[in-house]
Amino acid sequence: MAASTLYPVEERLGGGERAAFNLYMITSVVVFVTMMIVGLTMRMAQARWLEVAPNVFYQLLSLHGAGMVGTAALATTAVMWFFLRKYVRLHLWAFVANYALFMLGVVCIILAITVGGYGALWTFLYPLPVQGMGMWSPGASALFLCGYLLIGVGSLLFYLDAAAAIIKVHGNLGRALGVQWLLRGTIDPNHPKAVVASTMVIVSNSLGIIAGAVVLVMSLVNIFFPDVALDPLFVKTLTYWFGHQYINAAIYMAAIAVYELLPRYTGKPYPISRPFLWSWAVSTVFVIVVFPHHLLMDFAQPRWMSITGQVVSWTAGFPVFLVTAYGALTNLYRSGIRWTMPSRLLILGLFGWAAGIVPAIIDGTIRNNLVVHNTQWVPGHFHFYLLIGVLPLVLAVLYHVIGSRAGRAPAPPNSGADRLSFPLYLVGGLVFTFAFLDAGRLSVARRMAEHWDAWIFTDRMGSVGALLVVLAMLYFTVRLSLGLLGGASPGGSGAGAADAAR
Amino acid sequence: MDLQDSIWAIALSGMGLVTLGFLHVVSQAGRSADEEATRRSARTANALRRWLFGVLLVGFLGGTWATLHRFPIPAQSGDLGAPQVVDVVARMWSWEFKPESVHAGSAVEFRVSSADVNHGFAIYSPAGRIVAQTQAMPGYTNRLVHTFDEPGTYVVQCLEYCGIGHGPMKASFEVVAAQGS
Repeated sequence: MAASTLYPVEERLGGGERAAFNLYMITSVVVFVTMMIVGLTMRMAQARWLEVAPNVFYQLLSLHGAGMVGTAALATTAVMWFFLRKYVRLHLWAFVANYALFMLGVVCIILAITVGGYGALWTFLYPLPVQGMGMWSPGASALFLCGYLLIGVGSLLFYLDAAAAIIKVHGNLGRALGVQWLLRGTIDPNHPKAVVASTMVIVSNSLGIIAGAVVLVMSLVNIFFPDVALDPLFVKTLTYWFGHQYINAAIYMAAIAVYELLPRYTGKPYPISRPFLWSWAVSTVFVIVVFPHHLLMDFAQPRWMSITGQVVSWTAGFPVFLVTAYGALTNLYRSGIRWTMPSRLLILGLFGWAAGIVPAIIDGTIRNNLVVHNTQWVPGHFHFYLLIGVLPLVLAVLYHVIGSRAGRAPAPPNSGADRLSFPLYLVGGLVFTFAFLDAGRLSVARRMAEHWDAWIFTDRMGSVGALLVVLAMLYFTVRLSLGLLGGASPGGSGAGAADAAR
Repeated sequence: MDLQDSIWAIALSGMGLVTLGFLHVVSQAGRSADEEATRRSARTANALRRWLFGVLLVGFLGGTWATLHRFPIPAQSGDLGAPQVVDVVARMWSWEFKPESVHAGSAVEFRVSSADVNHGFAIYSPAGRIVAQTQAMPGYTNRLVHTFDEPGTYVVQCLEYCGIGHGPMKASFEVVAAQGS
């Protein structure tokens, strides 16, 4: 693909499309910043700067986990839709139905937590949902799980529509993924990277969501018919198979933004290649089979599964380092780029993803897992690639879109306030995540309301970092929401403004 | 140096290398290159990528062998040969050990199970660092083998969220000096 027009006409959002995209994205940034404030509240409670009762803390933790994971999926689904619809015909009703089901699910989850007192976290680890010990009722758990089911159905609907549209154009999902060119043949230079990445997400996350649906239904049956006992190890395996793929899909959907936008901002071609196809083909397999690394401390898990979990955790870094990150950096190198908010955030997101993999690989090593599992090392690594990786990629797309709506002279946004908020977000994000990782080094437990005296310092550092991130995100939320609600459509009067960024 | 400190050093080194790579490219990104220079740097980048692939491959193979050739988790059936055995039962929100003290210097097999929900059995050294852990899962008994080098009071803290009493769910046991020392 040649470096193309900054705001191509085919990216134009029609009336209904624009309303749907705005709904997705404004909801996402508002929920992101709200959940960040919830997270800040919990860190300040651990730091003993705020009084939060343990039952409220665990309800907030349930809300934060479900809210952040769900919203990461919502926002990145919109990123995938925004780019994929240029290459295949997606139905708007499927995109809107996903949003509607998501919001219905959110209502269930919020009611389960705020009214029902649900506090068994986003992982709903069996049999805790039915053992609330007075903190929540089985009914509250059932409502929470039904909320997940609704969200999962919405996602599947969207993926099925996308799969059908891709198959219509490319014949089957294998060809869309480019497997016919893995070993031989001339790669079609116009084969869209967005189609390759979307196909990978559809294949892997559909499997994950189906596994999630199975475990949700099993858990619901257990709630209403307690005599039907479940095998805790089997349930945990399915839960993490679903959870791992669901959150990883968010990363891969967000990565589409790098392939689509970076060459436009650097002005350099970013062609499809065999290493690229290999990386997405193997990533499809890796993301499906890597989940046993969540159960390394369940010694009853078969040994071959634990070894698979470690080995695949390590090898999963190869495509990210050698293809996505390396390829993007090669594209950026001596491109003469003029830095604006979209390009800045794209590179930050890529950095967060690549650097965040290092502590993830360390955690996925059985020997290390014996001392860091369920410590704050774990939120340290996943916040690194979600907060400094995925979210900046989403923000990059939003800045790109509002740049295209800048009336008569579309141009990438780069105001003084934008430029100030960027380092605030970056520094805050680094302080926040490194406080978690350092706490992991010090064996500070994760998911715990009452912290030991020796753990307070990293809690306080984390709170300071979180506060900076919240301040920056508050600005981004207002700025981007107003930007999305105003201005012309992308591809409108400014279509063709290829040199605006350079 | 605890294992956690080694892990920290490896993480900082790895993340530092990634950061340096990004900083180098970002520092060069504002400069333009003509067609010939772009072709030259593309060739260099490809060669560098092959070299990087080789380094990562060697690191992967070496690291995998180093961390797995002696599997870090004991067999979960048969006689493990540990001279000391401690039965551990977790329940919301307390720990039960039998016996409540062990000797340093010889292996201890912890047989960990749960009477209700999932718990995490994490052993903290007197210095406050985790020395070993396993999950306590209802219906399963996980067997963890650890040799304590130093006597002292060790704390067991639940590391798997298990409800409102999760934080205070801790207990301690004594590791006394090795027999005969």
